[in-house]
Amino acid sequence: MQTPAAFEYERATSLEGAIASLQRLGPEARVIAGGHSLLPMMKLRLANPEHLIDINDLTELEFIRQEGGEIRIGALTRHVDLLKSELLAEHYPVFRDAEHVIADPVVRNRGTIGGSLCQADPAEDLSAVCSAVKAKVVIRGAEGERVVGMEDFHVGPYMTAVQSGEILTEIRLGVRPGAGSAHEKVERRAGDWAIAAASAAVWLHGGTIADAGVALSAVGLTTIHLTRAEELLRGKAPSDELFAQAGQIASEDCSPGADGRGPVDYKRHLAGVLTQRALRRAAARALHEEA
Amino acid sequence: MQVSMTINGEQVSHDVEPRLLLVHYIRETVGLTGTHWGCDTSNCGACVVLIDGRPVKSCTTLAVMADGHEVRTVESLEVDGELDPIQMGFHERHALQCGFCTPGMLMTTRALLDENPNPSDLEIRTAISGAICRCTGYMNIVSAVQWAAQYEAAAKREA
Repeated sequence: MQTPAAFEYERATSLEGAIASLQRLGPEARVIAGGHSLLPMMKLRLANPEHLIDINDLTELEFIRQEGGEIRIGALTRHVDLLKSELLAEHYPVFRDAEHVIADPVVRNRGTIGGSLCQADPAEDLSAVCSAVKAKVVIRGAEGERVVGMEDFHVGPYMTAVQSGEILTEIRLGVRPGAGSAHEKVERRAGDWAIAAASAAVWLHGGTIADAGVALSAVGLTTIHLTRAEELLRGKAPSDELFAQAGQIASEDCSPGADGRGPVDYKRHLAGVLTQRALRRAAARALHEEA
Repeated sequence: MQVSMTINGEQVSHDVEPRLLLVHYIRETVGLTGTHWGCDTSNCGACVVLIDGRPVKSCTTLAVMADGHEVRTVESLEVDGELDPIQMGFHERHALQCGFCTPGMLMTTRALLDENPNPSDLEIRTAISGAICRCTGYMNIVSAVQWAAQYEAAAKREA
């Protein structure tokens, strides 16, 4: 029987109250939302927080809405609601692609986008998705809030820019014309973690790629931001040859470890193929050739 | 700490440790052993119960997190000796052998039919993709859910 070590539990009734508790209790306090990453870690005693602050009642953090030129997603938004969002499907179908293959529908009823990002498991899909679409996250502490780009979010394995005493409250996605995005994942069985996964976004302007974002899951110690591939893509016309080159970079710039899911050379190959496929689909969507 | 929730329509309240998992609270504290405790890692789906109508894996939920919410377990399906259509479907189509996964399968598919009364085979298979059955090969479970969907549709037409 797996039982977490003992801890004190507090149910937050306001965001300010939750932040005040986190500040008072220090680094041994953790936020819990869906709990589907944190509780398994606690059951294995890989995480042993002394205090849990439950934010499930802070429903003001549960939303997906458009505000001006941005789509804003509350940190407490569940996977199931990301999967079903028409607004996200219209602007960033990469979320729907990923949500179809994150865990299973029952887990998706509980797990949240904020929890996924803050857990920062290198095999987790939404970190790659948010990196590819160049999302910004809002982090709130006692002194107010700051906005951090995904390129600065991952600071190490399972470590993010969110500091002790802070809460990730919101994810912001820029709405820009000519966007297309896609997520490609290979897993051993339904609901498993990825062997490798690639997220890609392109923004086309006048037949060329004005901007691109590519990120990989499960093939390194953190989510891999493929900045070299993004530089290659920028300013060029989309083509299979170009995407094959980007895939080659993905194979080179990832750093997978060998495990039960496969050896290193296989994972490198897979990262390249999935990058190429995700880019091809992202471009087809930008050109409205594919839904 | 004190937790209070509604389980199958009845208010329950107990003093529990915060680390007590909902599955153990339901089985050992409340005494409803219909909910099965399986893999303990949120993979197998035997422990699925409904919280506010949504299926949730109770091995990966703290009892204190369910405080103030409505929980439904497999014991709520049969009412006054009459089986829920989903239970009838499992009976008619022989959708269980050892029965270990059945409580979770029933609650997961009950929630599916509540949301989608006319699911395709693919939608059923997707809904139960987080529930593992090592006996049936799933064919009869899918068939049972279809049976229940048709039974409920027919009952609705007659009403």
